[in-house]
Amino acid sequence: MSTLPPEKAVLAPRRSRRSERRATAVDSGVHYPRWFWPSFATPGILWLILFFLLPLYTVLSVAFGTVDPIFRSPLPVYQPWWWTTSHVAEGLGKATGLFRHVYARTFVYVFIASAICLVIGYAVAYYVARHAGRRKTLLLVLLISPFWISYLMRMLAWVNLLQQDGYVNRILTFLHVVPEPVGWLEGRPITVILGLVYGYIPYMILPLYGFLDRIEPNLLEAGRDLGGSPRSTFLRVTLPLSRPAILAGLVIVSLPMFGDYFTNTMLSGSPSTTMIGNLIDDSISSTGQGPEAAVLILILMIMLLIPIWYYLRSTARAAEAR
Amino acid sequence: MRATVERATLPAAEAPRLGRMRAWRRDPWRKPRILSAVTWGYVAWSILPLSVAVLISFNQGRSNASLQGLGLNWWWGDPDLSLFRDPELHAALFQSLRLSVTTMLIAVPMGVAFALGLDRWRGRGSGTANFVMLLSFVMPEIVLGVAMFLVVAHLATFIDLGTPAQVVGLVTYQLSYPVIIVRARLLSIDKEYEEAAMDLGAPPRSAVRRVLLPLLYPAIFASFAIVFADTIDDFVTVRYLSGPATSEPLSVKIYNFSRSSPTPAVNAAATFLLVTTTLVVVIGYLAYRYSSRGERRDDVARFAAQI
Repeated sequence: MSTLPPEKAVLAPRRSRRSERRATAVDSGVHYPRWFWPSFATPGILWLILFFLLPLYTVLSVAFGTVDPIFRSPLPVYQPWWWTTSHVAEGLGKATGLFRHVYARTFVYVFIASAICLVIGYAVAYYVARHAGRRKTLLLVLLISPFWISYLMRMLAWVNLLQQDGYVNRILTFLHVVPEPVGWLEGRPITVILGLVYGYIPYMILPLYGFLDRIEPNLLEAGRDLGGSPRSTFLRVTLPLSRPAILAGLVIVSLPMFGDYFTNTMLSGSPSTTMIGNLIDDSISSTGQGPEAAVLILILMIMLLIPIWYYLRSTARAAEAR
Repeated sequence: MRATVERATLPAAEAPRLGRMRAWRRDPWRKPRILSAVTWGYVAWSILPLSVAVLISFNQGRSNASLQGLGLNWWWGDPDLSLFRDPELHAALFQSLRLSVTTMLIAVPMGVAFALGLDRWRGRGSGTANFVMLLSFVMPEIVLGVAMFLVVAHLATFIDLGTPAQVVGLVTYQLSYPVIIVRARLLSIDKEYEEAAMDLGAPPRSAVRRVLLPLLYPAIFASFAIVFADTIDDFVTVRYLSGPATSEPLSVKIYNFSRSSPTPAVNAAATFLLVTTTLVVVIGYLAYRYSSRGERRDDVARFAAQI
């Protein structure tokens, strides 16, 4: 704020008083009729009710519904008082029995992949925000580019590279790191985890960058002036300040990872790395398993309730703070 | 200023005397060095595989793992299997474009209006609507795709699987982007401009259309670019809602072919998507720059913040 040219600094108080007066005029509805702004939101609201909330309710109705005895197709039940819990009970039974490993594996993969995303992402975001200098624009373009490059293409690139006769194996055998080509695409957890990191790390870097870039340099200078070493300034000023951004980044990358099935299909395709997303995808693609898919979706949503709730709350807080 | 704040463990007098390499050898853990290695390493890791994938689309041979001479065989040369001549891929290409243009034309105007409504309307419903909008933003796509599929299969059977269902699903998934982008921009726009217009006698509707809307152009252009690029790459929602094979866009074909019968034509298809989305984003960026000219110049960073 101290960089404001003097004439603006002089003008500032007068301007704010005037806009205060105007703001009350707008709020009391002098300018706009009451229906005016709600009417703008109406199409969007109707759309979300019809094509977002109603579908979510349909998931419930299928999960708590029945199945046609002959065709095995799901018969959704829309009245909650006629819901049956047999499918849900079956789904929960499988979650603790048959599919126990799949659930555990999903958590482990997502945990490791998010942790790697955080470590690499924080370093990259920090460097670009603080030390990139002249190359900042170039680096930003390179960091945003994965956002408009198809996720499929990015996985396809690894499918190309990791083939039995692909370039990764050729380099590794040439350097004698491995004696013979490795079957990277044949159900290896490390391939899937690295695929997840590769796929979702951009979503971690950008919010972190946005946050680190906005930290007031004054705060860091204060830390240094008070005798802190670079390390302790980082550990005691920057890192604590960036905790909300770190949590938000973790939520943003882990939510889609929990629902991911395509990384697994493309980079492994083996049952030994199946995740929850694959269970859902398999059951929705085969007939007679509609209720099972719905129950799996329900379980997934309940699992994600806490991170989603955290995200929505922190967004609301950020909006209030403005 | 900022770059120097946390740097420097070497005494100031000693630093210039050492060559850069020697300084690095003496203290390789000095912050910017290791950070810069990580950053450029990350950039290489994120870009190199893609470059290889693009190169393989120009492969002369049939392998999708190694280059056997360069040529346009898989783009145009092969009469049956190349991207532009295989009828299946050709149809998929147009389906991709059709879906993204339609989705963009529905989602962006609706989203912009939604953002204006949410931002200015101070009623009780506003908070709930905002909550639901954000919920649709963070919901994993598979949830939305399966839920839409169940609706179309059981409840709204008048919506056909295929293009209509795909567009509905995509618009739902994309609606939150323009809302979030436009609301971010609205925060930085003073209410004084439209109030001045209304003081001068403009009715509310034209104050919005002729004053507020032009101020929102940068956000609107950014939204168009992002929704288009995101839709043309989408395959989760689209795959569940596709009907006959002709309604599968390029992204779904890439997914289906990538493990079963991968020829470099799949890479050509992916490269085509890459070029298209890059073009759209560049156009969007230029439009963004043009419509926000005269404002603070920090373009790429602010465009990035839009995303």
